[in-house]
Amino acid sequence: MANHTIAETITIPYLEEKGLLSWLTSTDHKRISIMYLLSISTFFVLAGISALLLRFELLMPGKTIVDAHTYNVLFTFHGAVMVFLFIVPGLAASFGNFLIPLMIGARDVAFPRLNLMSYWIYLLGALIILISLSKPADTGWTFYTPYSIRTGTDVILLTFGIFVLGFSSILTGLNFIVTIHKLRAPGMTWHRLPLFIWASYATAILQVLATPVIAISLLLLIAERVFGIGFFDPAKGGDPILFQHFFWFYSHPAVYIMIIPAMGVISEVIPVFSRKPIFGYKAIAYSSLAIALISFFVWAHHMFVSGMSEVAATIFSFLTFLVAIPTAIKVFNWTATLYKGSIDLKSPMLYALSFIFLFTIGGLTGVFLGALAADVHLHDTYFVVAHMHYVMIGGTIMGFFAALHFWYPKMTGKMFNEKVAKIAWAFVFIGFNVTFFPQFILGTQGMPRRYADYPPQFHSLNELSSIGSWILGIGMFVMAINLLRGLFNGEKAPQNPFNSLSLEWQVPSPPPHENFEEIPHVTDWTYGYGKKSA
Amino acid sequence: MEGVEKIEHVHGHHVDPVVEYQSLKFGMWLFIATELLLFGGLFAAYTIFRAKFPEMFAEQHLELNKTLGALNTAVLILSSLTMALGVTSIQRGKPKRLALFLLLTILLGLAFGVNKYFEYSAKFHHHIYPGTSIFFSLYFTMTGLHMLHVFAGMALLTTMLVLTLRGRFSDKYYTPVEVSGLYWHLVDLIWIYLFPLLYLIA
Repeated sequence: MANHTIAETITIPYLEEKGLLSWLTSTDHKRISIMYLLSISTFFVLAGISALLLRFELLMPGKTIVDAHTYNVLFTFHGAVMVFLFIVPGLAASFGNFLIPLMIGARDVAFPRLNLMSYWIYLLGALIILISLSKPADTGWTFYTPYSIRTGTDVILLTFGIFVLGFSSILTGLNFIVTIHKLRAPGMTWHRLPLFIWASYATAILQVLATPVIAISLLLLIAERVFGIGFFDPAKGGDPILFQHFFWFYSHPAVYIMIIPAMGVISEVIPVFSRKPIFGYKAIAYSSLAIALISFFVWAHHMFVSGMSEVAATIFSFLTFLVAIPTAIKVFNWTATLYKGSIDLKSPMLYALSFIFLFTIGGLTGVFLGALAADVHLHDTYFVVAHMHYVMIGGTIMGFFAALHFWYPKMTGKMFNEKVAKIAWAFVFIGFNVTFFPQFILGTQGMPRRYADYPPQFHSLNELSSIGSWILGIGMFVMAINLLRGLFNGEKAPQNPFNSLSLEWQVPSPPPHENFEEIPHVTDWTYGYGKKSA
Repeated sequence: MEGVEKIEHVHGHHVDPVVEYQSLKFGMWLFIATELLLFGGLFAAYTIFRAKFPEMFAEQHLELNKTLGALNTAVLILSSLTMALGVTSIQRGKPKRLALFLLLTILLGLAFGVNKYFEYSAKFHHHIYPGTSIFFSLYFTMTGLHMLHVFAGMALLTTMLVLTLRGRFSDKYYTPVEVSGLYWHLVDLIWIYLFPLLYLIA
């Protein structure tokens, strides 16, 4: 960079400079975004492979490939890595980093060096978690006491790694909040902001306000193991349920840290491929904030059978139903946007439509689980597993894939093969449903989660589910190959291949280091489709 | 404390100093919110266990040294004063006085630490450790976590002192000093709550 003048630097595409060090020391939000994207994708693959192993073990009753302890280790690894290394940083750190400054018309985030530091902290946390694998934990990703205090496996390192990751999450959220408040381009008023920005804003608030609570919970768990402080140990007057309260006070809002950015992606993709203005802009924008707010008051619905008072359980059940309102507002507004649109079923749109369909199933089954009478029966069965995966894969990961296909040309400057992308989508969609829909049925039949084995009457549905996991795996593999091939063999991407009106598409693909030659003056919202020439 | 990162003029960034000032201050307030929530978990645990074991709290808090605790409270309040005087000094364009007040603040933080060291040693001497009882577990985790924050604050102020001595601050530019001051006041404020909750119950 030293060889160029400042004016030249501004116009150089951000991908131009080569070499690992130039990446690891770059404060360019777009480079940091790509580093996050590659890192989380790596962990997604690792945790995905462990899921395939779990499903393989469950292919038949009895021991198939692993013993019970290894099975416990595998589902702990799968859960902890998917949650803390993939899906929580997930869309926020990768696409959030790339898109927030571009969408609001800024040159970078408010604190670029802090942003880079967040990434380093993420790497450090990931490293600690990998080291913990020398004696991998078998507690499940929820670390419930008292087992997490007594197990001989390395709970301390794993939870400490997650504690470190929390810093990364907090600092990223803080950075985004300040960026959205202070660095919007002239004319980019709050009600002209793209909905992805509203979603990122709500997510950032959750990251900042919820993460400290998991930090203190995990610190106390570590102190419990090291010093025996007794807060969670009934033998010393402590209360194991207290740990569950602490844990879910973060981990329920964390569910929305995972899903809200994906909802933001859907709000961007749907209007572009329907050629219609988004319907109910303000309703979608404020429903993100409403979800964030309500999410702080529903945590105990994870604990209906843990021995809470019935009064508390009833209140939490009622509050849980409230989340369905802002969520449904989004779904109705997206479908209203589709109505009479000229719909173009390109791959990002296929994933976005899958999101609406699958997330609705995931969301509605959540209402079943929020109902006390139903939850007593369904708690800790495969119904919960299916519900959670319909929200996480059917929701967040479909949103992630939509984002990946939608912004791929902008990020890489290349095009992928659309036909192959559609084939991969078909495998993913079918594979996902074949894997997880049978689990709803298994759950209602009473099959408990987190067991390495099951009685023979559950065999056929488990077999179906395992076969589904292979179809899903193949779909993701084809998708990955297609996107990687595009990097090397893809055609050069035009500036705006999907005719979006949003600011990030008004700069070259890939964008230059400083994003904009001149900071744009914004005069309208970004959803004026079907009216102008767009 | 990382919130006080100065916005670098990286690759020719044009960041308006007013925006920078507002951003850093806003960022620090958000960071302070996270700190309050972190301690909030401990305050919640305190509330629950005090309601559950009122006698234990009433009896065992007598083991704590009120005099040393009060002394430390005075030390921290004084350090907040010196910090505030430091910020005022640089606002009036007096970097040397800022350096002096920063040094005083750091020394007061150190005095707090030394005091705490004697308190902890006395406890260990009487075979009181984290885990001895729920009350003492709370005492050690709450004051221990607070102590870590005092250290973090001192590290931050030391950085500010070095930057001041290098002539980085003037009445035109003192944002990092002011923002570090905010953090120091937070550390002070948390102690103001810890002191009565642990030492002065009954």
